[in-house]
Amino acid sequence: MSEQKRTVALTVNGKRYEKEVEVRVTLADFIRHYLGLTGTHLGCEHGVCGACTILLDGRSARSCLMLAVQADGHEILTVEGIAPNEHELHPLQEAFRDNHGLQCGFCTPGMLTTLLEFLRDNPDPTEQEVRIALSGNLCRCTGYQGIVNAALDAAKRLQAGGAQWPAGMRPRAGA
Amino acid sequence: MKPPPFSYHDPRTVADAIGLLGRLENAKLLAGGQSLMPMLNMRYVLPDHVIDLNRVEGLSYIRETGGAIEIGAMTRQRELEFSDLIRTRLPLMQEAILQIGHRQTRNRGTIGGSLCHLDPAAELVTLGAGYDATVVATGAGGAREIAFKDFPVAYMTPALEPNEILTAVRFAPWPEGHGFAFVEFARRHGDFAITSAAVLLTADPAGRINRASVTIGGAAVTPVRATDVEQALVGQVPTPELLREACESCRAIEAIEDIHAPASYRQHLAAVLSRRALEKALTRIGQPVPAKLH
Repeated sequence: MSEQKRTVALTVNGKRYEKEVEVRVTLADFIRHYLGLTGTHLGCEHGVCGACTILLDGRSARSCLMLAVQADGHEILTVEGIAPNEHELHPLQEAFRDNHGLQCGFCTPGMLTTLLEFLRDNPDPTEQEVRIALSGNLCRCTGYQGIVNAALDAAKRLQAGGAQWPAGMRPRAGA
Repeated sequence: MKPPPFSYHDPRTVADAIGLLGRLENAKLLAGGQSLMPMLNMRYVLPDHVIDLNRVEGLSYIRETGGAIEIGAMTRQRELEFSDLIRTRLPLMQEAILQIGHRQTRNRGTIGGSLCHLDPAAELVTLGAGYDATVVATGAGGAREIAFKDFPVAYMTPALEPNEILTAVRFAPWPEGHGFAFVEFARRHGDFAITSAAVLLTADPAGRINRASVTIGGAAVTPVRATDVEQALVGQVPTPELLREACESCRAIEAIEDIHAPASYRQHLAAVLSRRALEKALTRIGQPVPAKLH
């Protein structure tokens, strides 16, 4: 049981991967460098900025604070898995585009993954609830107002359109 | 900003985890990873072995047992946040949980990890002191109980033997209708508290306080029970003057000083936050616990 390399088998955005990985590699680096999914960004690498947020079995987590080996057997959703296909955006992404919810875009993957879980669990949030939900995601461009507006707009779009959730992200109540 | 090389172990049972801990030199236990992983990434710690507890069975539960609420060490903060048992029986815990980090960190962070890391500013550590919790430590020879007042032996140092694992923690609920409040001051929502105050109160029908627990977190190297405040309140019908005077004694706390605030500021916060927590707790005496404590 003691080794410095292991084989990890997991599902990312609905696709199955199996890779050998050094055990000290974080899930964030695994996603970026082993799977080539560079949409997940690394800002601080110590759990403060929120840019590396992914969904692990439908729950948000900071991928810089997990080892890749810990994700063995689990299901991951990254920013690349949010849009329904190559030609369309998810309503949450459309709301970001329409409300100036991003400028440089570095924090956006973490904002989107965080909000996807939040809006699933809180379909009709107040502005204050949105601000608290985003308190673990740092943005240095927008001053947050556009992001908060985008989140509130996305909540309306998701409710109006019948919520659309990526595979493995079905709405679920409470815990 | 990348973890140093180490060997990784993921035992499936508590006995195997204890066996590894006893056998391996320079090993660290990995619980929710919200403190150890940053320390690994920044290479503050350089373990030869990481023993991951995430696949150990039977360490994640919340249950009522013998009048106490027992929580398994690997129970995530999120599970505590959404537990009706916690909300109704330990409402102070629910109020505190909502001030721990963010959804992304509560989804992973565990109660056992937080208690063992023993950051004096951590909400769960402050609650352990406020509730007089009982920690269950399991080693090769079996389990033993540690009263929370004996659990912190120094700054961020729990009273665990090198081959022991914290496996559970028990909290004794206060009677239905008790007053409670968790108030903290942090620079940003979700940050560690610079100073916090946790209050539990009961009063007789005439409004006389008959039991009080007042704890200050984040001010000193370990959480501090404000026994002077507790003693000044018990037997009294509280008035704004009494609260103000009683809480002034918190300025005597031997406070720490760091980049965030000088000792004198923490002492000031201890006096102000304990008074605010008491005021809030008093309004809740005899009231049903609200469905949402946000």
